[in-house]
Amino acid sequence: MKELALNSNEKTTQKQYMNLAKVNRRMTARLLINNVVKYLFFASTMFGLVILAFLMYQIFSDGLGWLSMDFLTNRLSTLPERAGIIGAITGTVWLMFIVGPVTMVLGIGTAIYLEEYAKKGKFHSFIQTNITNLAGVPSIVFGLLGLTIFVRMFGFGPSIIAGGLTMALLVLPIVVVASQEAIRAVPSYLREASYGMGATKWQTIKNIVLPASIAGILTGVILALSRAIGETAPLVAIGIPALIVPIPSSITDNFTVLPMQIYYWTIDSVLVDEYASMAAATIIVLLAVLFLMNSVAIIIRNKFQKRY
Amino acid sequence: MQKTVSIKDLIRKDNNKNKLKMGVEKTVPFLLFALASISILTTVGIVSTLLYETFLFFRDVSIIEFFTNTEMKPLSRVEPSFSILPLLSGTVLISLVAMLVAIPIGLTTAIYLSEYASVNVRKAVKPVIEVLAGIPTIVYGFFAFTFVTPLLREFIPALQATNALSPGIVMGIMIIPLVASLSEDAMNSVPKAMREGALALGATKLEVTMRVVIPAAISGIIASFVLGISRAIGETMIVTIASGSSKNLTFDITQSMQTMTAYIVEVTSGDAGAGTTAYYSLYAVAFALFFFTLIMNMFAGYISRKYREAY
Repeated sequence: MKELALNSNEKTTQKQYMNLAKVNRRMTARLLINNVVKYLFFASTMFGLVILAFLMYQIFSDGLGWLSMDFLTNRLSTLPERAGIIGAITGTVWLMFIVGPVTMVLGIGTAIYLEEYAKKGKFHSFIQTNITNLAGVPSIVFGLLGLTIFVRMFGFGPSIIAGGLTMALLVLPIVVVASQEAIRAVPSYLREASYGMGATKWQTIKNIVLPASIAGILTGVILALSRAIGETAPLVAIGIPALIVPIPSSITDNFTVLPMQIYYWTIDSVLVDEYASMAAATIIVLLAVLFLMNSVAIIIRNKFQKRY
Repeated sequence: MQKTVSIKDLIRKDNNKNKLKMGVEKTVPFLLFALASISILTTVGIVSTLLYETFLFFRDVSIIEFFTNTEMKPLSRVEPSFSILPLLSGTVLISLVAMLVAIPIGLTTAIYLSEYASVNVRKAVKPVIEVLAGIPTIVYGFFAFTFVTPLLREFIPALQATNALSPGIVMGIMIIPLVASLSEDAMNSVPKAMREGALALGATKLEVTMRVVIPAAISGIIASFVLGISRAIGETMIVTIASGSSKNLTFDITQSMQTMTAYIVEVTSGDAGAGTTAYYSLYAVAFALFFFTLIMNMFAGYISRKYREAY
């Protein structure tokens, strides 16, 4: 009993006056944990980079051997040694010709309306919320929309125009948001100077606001395009056939694109071994195109963006 | 000879020009309004097609059966049966694996970049991590199918050629940049004064991070997790390629299983003709998918708005 009382007494005194040894011990432990965890955090950051390097290495070591001029310019074939991806490349270019102009007109128009014309109120925030929500809708759902509206209701079939319009709607939020930010960054004194010179609202937008924000808008358009050419799911949903030999020559033709080609070769790689390498080679082409587009976007952003 | 100009003509000319100008001024807002309403039409289009065809589906299949049945055999000639449960379990399980990868790594990456890394390291590392976000999902699908699955089978012999584990892990890697960059944004917006206050009280950097920065940024961090989950649920190509198409109600991640998104792909690229029940089931599943992702996205927006600590 007595001992216990003494002990608890000691405890309270210890609590009130910590001795130096204990303080030092705790401090060392805290600093040690701090340092160890710092390296853990660093390692976890590196994890992403290592995986990226690994992925690139895998794809390049697998596909680089197949990459040749013949592979790029040959038509699709079931024979691995004769197969090429010119059809998929042409299809991707066609797709960009639809998605680019459509999203640009719709996206910039929407952004101008929201930023310059719409009164900030219920309707404005309704459209804004709607665009935010659209950006989060899974791409496969857009594919079903395309299948129902463009392919079946309008009767376009799995053609370039159906695929292009579906993709355009999918990437529209990217262009709208980027354009809105670019337009919002134009300082109001530029607009006021223009009004002061007697310009009308549309003249001000056309001659002042758009030229000042074009760098940001173009960056958004390029990013949207690069999303569109990498997307697969909506095109699978609208029912693009697996094997298309003819090269598309008009917007009502059936088509295939690089990601679709990768998809079919990947799932068929269990049947034909070479298909995996061909998919990897196609991935290299796709990544090269994406890399190029993103570089252009970065150059535009850095060189032509004015800071006010 | 000097050209004579009458004031009257000049005024008329100017009036004409003004009329044209005012005409343009009046029509432009309507044109732009029409363009802006396309985005609303898109939403209306999505919701109405999904609702309509889902309605047609539930004329053939009872809604209770759809949610309580455990058998999913849409293309069976003898006795087709429809149930969303196997697809739901596949989706939930694969998303769970993905988030088990994405949340710890994404959050610690965000902590490192926002609290520990020097400006130069951050400038170098951040764009590279964002490259991960820019890689098309089909490439991740290829990676999961041809590389990660064979690698995992070395360690787990019971793993099937298509399974839930490998696409889950790869999907997690895909979501790391999303979680990392959104969480980092949230942590960056915590004012420096708060960190310095804690440091001045003798806290270590880790303690500052854990007890000051993360609690202050928690709404943004949780929003990033929720958006990550929503992304995982909606992801299509990785699971289509690497998780297979068996519609068993199982929780064994070494087994092949199908997600809602992969089911949509299977039915649209298969031979279920328009008008069949299997074709309509597509829309019921898509509607569920749309509904879940919408709820999650709105929830993420709500928590980041509502619980944001304003400094």
